[in-house]
Amino acid sequence: MSSEWPLFEVFIRGQHGLSHRHVGSLHAPDAEMALKNARDVYTRRNEGVSIWVVESARITASSPGDKGPLYAPSESKIYRHPTFYDIPDDVEAM
Amino acid sequence: MYAQMVKTAGHGIKPRDRMTPQERAFQDRIDAGEKIEPKDWMPDEYRATLIRQIGQHAHSEIVGQLPEGNWITRAPTLERKAILLAKVQDEAGHGLYLYSACETLGVSRDELIAMLHAGKMKYSSIFNYPTLNWADIGAVGWLVDGAAIMNQVQLQKTSYGPYARAMVRICKEESFHQRQGFSIMMKMAAGTPAQKRMAQDALNRLWFPSLMMFGPPDKDSAHTAQSMAWKIKINTNDELRQRFVDQTVPQIDYLGLERPDPDLKWNPDKADGKGGFDYSDPDWAEFFAVLKGNGPCNTDRMKARVDAWEQGAWVRDGLSAHAAKRAARSAQQTAAQ
Ligand SMILES: [Fe+2]
Ligand SMILES: [Fe+2]
Repeated sequence: MSSEWPLFEVFIRGQHGLSHRHVGSLHAPDAEMALKNARDVYTRRNEGVSIWVVESARITASSPGDKGPLYAPSESKIYRHPTFYDIPDDVEAM
Repeated sequence: MYAQMVKTAGHGIKPRDRMTPQERAFQDRIDAGEKIEPKDWMPDEYRATLIRQIGQHAHSEIVGQLPEGNWITRAPTLERKAILLAKVQDEAGHGLYLYSACETLGVSRDELIAMLHAGKMKYSSIFNYPTLNWADIGAVGWLVDGAAIMNQVQLQKTSYGPYARAMVRICKEESFHQRQGFSIMMKMAAGTPAQKRMAQDALNRLWFPSLMMFGPPDKDSAHTAQSMAWKIKINTNDELRQRFVDQTVPQIDYLGLERPDPDLKWNPDKADGKGGFDYSDPDWAEFFAVLKGNGPCNTDRMKARVDAWEQGAWVRDGLSAHAAKRAARSAQQTAAQ
């Protein structure tokens, strides 16, 4: 009796020097096959130079409800941005 | 359109004062142009409607491989064969992107496939028409992919994140599909008188089925309003159909073919004076019959899908068994170390 293959998330490095980016997901019996399938499904037009696959079930994600506690604290810390500081024009490049 | 007559869940559009605070907040996010992501709260009806729509769209991509796949081995040149193979492979990819997007809503791939095979989910009516000769492959790429693009371009702005992202990817790949079809038509229309007759015949047969792809006229699409409020439908069926007609008629003229409908005439008063082509309605009785399963190829298409699924079961099982065995072996090795 068939049971469904696990789901994998696919990440692709588009060009040398860039990070891998999530492009989508697919089903495969194991990671090795997921990599092969990812090549056919997500790189038919030279979209990448490197592929990562990871079983979706292994990903721990933050939940939308945590948005406040996670990101609100940094909102008030405007001194973390260079625009917070007034540097006179005479100082030139900084 | 690849998702025709998707029945919107619920009972028509919900007025704001009847919404719960949660529903109101949800609608506000959509109105503000925010994307809804899989883990976000969403009304059950939004979820159910999207499963139907994305599922139907995915099934259409997969079943849509069949009429063209039929001609891969009979393409007239090696180059045309390679092109058609690449196009059909793209459609398989489109089906897979969309199944994945649909699964983020909490339905499994196997459930979606089982619903298709049981006739509980549909695919676009267009794929129940046969491809009788090579000119049909030209007309399919030009008209069917052309109509699909018309629909998919606007869906890139749909409110559900995974669906919108799949659409962006698909649209990037889609334009070569239409161009390769038009290039077949150009070749045939400029060929021998017999080839030109084939091109004309293909256009005549596929014209009205292509117009049907956009679904029934707006006056008969009761559920459009709610889907548009949710931004899972951006333009109405008639708007998209008109756009398709206006784009395609000059291309018919360019090919030197006759317009497939004597009513296709420029009307300067249409669209508030911007103008547009008048056209005859497709035979809507035929459309509903095809959707019900009584088109020329419905039985063949479903049989091909079910056979592929059943005859491929041993491959899926074999790969699962192999993966399980390897996982067990590596677990044993780790334990021994
Ligand atoms: Fe497609
Ligand atoms: Fe296509």
